Amino acid sequence: MSQPTELNIEHVARLARLRLTAEEEERFGRQLGEVLHHIEQLAKVDIDHVEPAAHAFPIFNIWAEDASQPALSVERALRNAPAQRDQMVVVPKVVD
Amino acid sequence: MSEIYHQSIGQLAAALSARRLSSVELTQAVIARTKAVEPLIHAFNSFDEAGALAEARASDSRRSAGQSRGLLEGIPVGLKDVIAVDGQPLTASSRILSNFVSPYDATVTQKLRRAGAVLWGRLNCDEFAMGSSTENSAFGPTSNPWDTKRVPGGSSGGSAAALAAGAAIATLGSDTGGSIRQPASFCGVVGIKPTYGLVSRYGLAAFASSLDQIGPMTRTVEDAATMLAAIAGHDERDSTSYSAVIPDYHARLIAPNRPHKLGIPREYFGAGLDPEVGAAVEKAIEYYRAQGCEVKPVSLPHTQYCLDTYYIIATAEASSNLARYDGVRYGMRAAEAADIDDLYARSRAEGFGAEVKRRIILGTYVLSSGYYDAFYLRAQKVRTLIREDFLKTYQEVDALITPTSPVPAFKLGEKSDPLAMYLCDIYTIGVNLAGLPAISVPCGFTASGLPIGMQLIGQPFKEADLLAAAHRYEQAHDWYKRHPSL
Repeated sequence: MSQPTELNIEHVARLARLRLTAEEEERFGRQLGEVLHHIEQLAKVDIDHVEPAAHAFPIFNIWAEDASQPALSVERALRNAPAQRDQMVVVPKVVD
Repeated sequence: MSEIYHQSIGQLAAALSARRLSSVELTQAVIARTKAVEPLIHAFNSFDEAGALAEARASDSRRSAGQSRGLLEGIPVGLKDVIAVDGQPLTASSRILSNFVSPYDATVTQKLRRAGAVLWGRLNCDEFAMGSSTENSAFGPTSNPWDTKRVPGGSSGGSAAALAAGAAIATLGSDTGGSIRQPASFCGVVGIKPTYGLVSRYGLAAFASSLDQIGPMTRTVEDAATMLAAIAGHDERDSTSYSAVIPDYHARLIAPNRPHKLGIPREYFGAGLDPEVGAAVEKAIEYYRAQGCEVKPVSLPHTQYCLDTYYIIATAEASSNLARYDGVRYGMRAAEAADIDDLYARSRAEGFGAEVKRRIILGTYVLSSGYYDAFYLRAQKVRTLIREDFLKTYQEVDALITPTSPVPAFKLGEKSDPLAMYLCDIYTIGVNLAGLPAISVPCGFTASGLPIGMQLIGQPFKEADLLAAAHRYEQAHDWYKRHPSL
């Protein structure tokens, strides 16, 4: 099982698209180190031949008809957009 | 007779039906009570007085026309601020959604409307339901009506506090690791976490999708049956929705085949259990024994691994679910961003609070390359063992009885360390991992006047049995008749 020291918080924050301050990196690193230390005891459990549970009551293959249905109007869908123009969401330039 | 805002759905439905009371009068009483207690408890993120009164008038008109929709007709019901109500704010108690207005109704919201309820208020909670005290709300904590220096529990603390204070007649909460049951126990009300899949999650701001369930918080067990009957049922918009017929919870409350064999999981009565809480639950167990129930000790040997398993699975799912808050289509957007990646990272940094950030980091870590097998996959396997523990006990007993929380309501600011806060949930999280139904029912008070709750844990989709067992206890104990003196 991994050691808590392996938590490279700068790297993980980048993966999570989360900009942390230096103070947050230090504090969260310390707090999560304690949590990860607690979690290490899971290594003691014998999990050989145990199936993983993604859900308590696995349900498979829920199909829906591929039929058009009434949906949100453009106005409703865009009501919460931070910036919009011509029925589109505006974002910073993605492609040069 | 208590003030009308402290009465049960059952009592009020009778008064409304007999025309001794109108929904407008009841709603006005609840609004006035809300305004009186809100400066003391801060249970609400927002409320819409005009909207609620319009719904109350519509309810009174339906009743006059002989078109009452049932027991919830005209009853003001509060919703945790993670459940969508068309045209109303939904903040999840987060800055990142501080200006968000729901463009549609959650399925439970639609079902409450169809049952005639008056929707009253958006109730405070821990940010994105992550917490056990409602102190993680971006809009300030909620106080416990029984002692305003103490927390109401969490994450559905606003739902519990508003109900206990008379600022709603019933409420909805959501429960991912105990977020309905623990605040219910701290505030002296009933709270039920349904079996995973019984209640649709459509329109619930997702925290951990394999654990989240919406459920009612009420004054009495009978009211819980009324609310659960209104919101349960299959929904094709939730792919994990259960598709069987929902039993008549009311009729089954007094059914003769109520749970008879009760199991006492020894792992739930160990170190860390407050003596007053333990004594109150023991008394409840004695009651069941005196009623002729067979009570026997059982063991859930993987209990000690529940907390760790939960914090891996819940944070992993949260890190994925909360990726949608990126400042693009809705929610807070950082003002100064160099490019699109910077916009994501800054918007999330400015919008999320500390606990949410911690959990996103932990969840991202346990899912990241090189750690997935050691943490996430291992936790999923331990989850299987935890679930099997419960299912094995049900070969011997009908239901389990435990304390809901190891301690009564603690003081605001008392648990500043995240791990200490996580340990508050040790008796509730196993139920979510196993997907089981469980109910917290008031079972006494501490010497200093704080409510104590016991938890009954049932078999999958046997909410009717659970409600019947809880109702039996409640009929002989009138804890629910006490109200906080606010």
